[in-house]
Amino acid sequence: MVWFAVQLVIRTNELLKGIHVRPEPHLIDYAIILLYFAFVLGIGFVLKKYMKTSTDFFLSGRSIPAWIAGLAFLSANLGAQEVIGMGASGAKYGISTSHFYWIGAVPAMLFVGVFMMPFYYGSRARSVPEYLKLRFDEKTRGFNAISFAVMTVFSSGVSMYAMGKLLQLLLGWNFTAAILISALIVLAYTFLGGLTSAIYNEVLQFFLIVMGFIPLVYLGLRDVGGWDGLKVRIANDSMVHSWKYMGHSSANPMGVEWFGMLMGLAFVLSFGYWCTDFLVVQRAMAADSMTAARRTPVIAAFPKMVFPFLVILPGMIAGVATSSKMHDASAKESVVASTAAQSSFFTGGKGIIPPKYDPAGKPVTANGKVVLDYDLATPMMLVRYFPSGLLGLGLCALIASFMSGMAGNTTAFNTVWTYDIYQSYINKTASDQHYLWMGRASTIFGLAISLMAAFVAKEFNNILDVLQLVFAFVNAPLFATFMLGMFWKRSTGHGAFWGLLGGTVAAATHYGLTLPAGAVPGVKGGYLGPILHVYPSEMAQNFWTAIFAWVGCFTLTVVISLLTAARPEQELKGLVYSLTAKPEEGGLKWYQKPATLALIVLVLLAGLNVVFW
Amino acid sequence: MGFDIRMPIGMLFSLFGMLLLGYGAATRGSAMYEEHSLGVNMNLWWGVVLLVFGLVMLALTRLRRKQ
Repeated sequence: MVWFAVQLVIRTNELLKGIHVRPEPHLIDYAIILLYFAFVLGIGFVLKKYMKTSTDFFLSGRSIPAWIAGLAFLSANLGAQEVIGMGASGAKYGISTSHFYWIGAVPAMLFVGVFMMPFYYGSRARSVPEYLKLRFDEKTRGFNAISFAVMTVFSSGVSMYAMGKLLQLLLGWNFTAAILISALIVLAYTFLGGLTSAIYNEVLQFFLIVMGFIPLVYLGLRDVGGWDGLKVRIANDSMVHSWKYMGHSSANPMGVEWFGMLMGLAFVLSFGYWCTDFLVVQRAMAADSMTAARRTPVIAAFPKMVFPFLVILPGMIAGVATSSKMHDASAKESVVASTAAQSSFFTGGKGIIPPKYDPAGKPVTANGKVVLDYDLATPMMLVRYFPSGLLGLGLCALIASFMSGMAGNTTAFNTVWTYDIYQSYINKTASDQHYLWMGRASTIFGLAISLMAAFVAKEFNNILDVLQLVFAFVNAPLFATFMLGMFWKRSTGHGAFWGLLGGTVAAATHYGLTLPAGAVPGVKGGYLGPILHVYPSEMAQNFWTAIFAWVGCFTLTVVISLLTAARPEQELKGLVYSLTAKPEEGGLKWYQKPATLALIVLVLLAGLNVVFW
Repeated sequence: MGFDIRMPIGMLFSLFGMLLLGYGAATRGSAMYEEHSLGVNMNLWWGVVLLVFGLVMLALTRLRRKQ
């Protein structure tokens, strides 16, 4: 224990020495952050008195207007990993990272809104697992509920860990204090105001993130000379085009070709997430009407399309930015020469991105090249371009993005726990007030488990990777199950359950028999012994694992469904496409029709892809 | 349910706007603007933007209530 503590102090000290440009938050910055905390808690307190029934607490009484549900839908998904991770990805891979948004999110969001919400909302299911119970059977619901509950509470922990680590590295804040304080704040407002509190705060967080990052992008672009100036400084064409180099995996930094990306990312992974993950679907289920529920994900798609500019660009700029002092010195030389020659803020770094440091304070190297700490790309941008005052806003936006993810996980967990695990298996006949109480209780112990997971992640870093892996295996086949459930009336409970199980196993098997280039068997794959294939990158391996999982689940579900008894059709009314009346859209204006809005998004999306081809 | 969400959003951003605006005005010409935001007093300018945004939100709340 003591040894650990000593190691921690030494390591932190060395890391701190490495960052020459420690930001010094002033009073104004803390004032901004404290004001934000006060508002977030205040909203929770004000909403407490409206939480009278369990439906109020878990589903906001199904009374949320579409625009609010839409922004919450988007914001709940935004977490530490996205804002930081997309910046890191942008620094590493360039604008191709936008694929995660333009291919890997928007089409799925449109699909869930227009085609799947009628079943989620129309079935009056109170959660995604509950839909599976209504459509299939109890064991399918159980499999989904338990795996989702575990996943979501651990994801929250991983998120907390990322935030704590970042705040410690960047500002020297105590790791434990940072995550405890944010966890307690999230606990307070979700405990008091339930889903409504989470949703309102998510909308607040959305605006905060937008308002915090726009000045960053503005200043960064202005400093490097706009998009064209950025292209010149990066001096690597494949970083500034998203499709041009997708023909072959060796042509682009991500190591993926278009087919693997399209099927793996676009279809399996993204639809698997956006169409089945209760964290986001819950926000749509809370909407005040069927059309509002269908419009929610579509409304969220509009800002989602634009987010690459807010989160990816800073990462790309970080790799070529310089400090203002060097700016003056090198103003006379040519731009390209100066960025190539100078060593920036950190020796061994790139632009303002520091290298990873080992416990002795020296840059880590792999294969002779310095390993960069890409996760610090976006935070270093804040440090570089924001004066005190604005820095407070930027930090607030960062903290807000972590907290909105945490709250999303918390509300999804307490609902699935209370309705799908507690009510289904432990206590079926209690009063509504009892379930409301259980909702509040599970908020507490859910966050407690997440906190523990965060501390475990800190000590045992590989656990993080293992966890993420397991979640990926479980997620990959999900979409096949839902697709067959909603659009093929012949699929049965047995088919669904075994398909899910089989798909998960298929994922684990494929991963266990393959490796990305340059990796050793273990967490990166190949743990089953023989290596049947080596992929050019981790991403490629992930995409193909997803494809195998989906195909496995699909095939197994179809085969077993055909071999087991079908359910009588009248039981499936409202749950399956062919047995449900088309949603009523008679009295709606054009901009209220989900399909019309979705079409507009698609057109804009196509435009964006063309511009950044 | 509950209250109009535009109100706390409006209040918070108006407050942020005023804070940054005030701070920006108080630190006009400070060296930190040269060092960070390319010589531009971002606190002042962005403070104005935030304040306007906050006031617009509050105005929308007022309009809603009148309906």
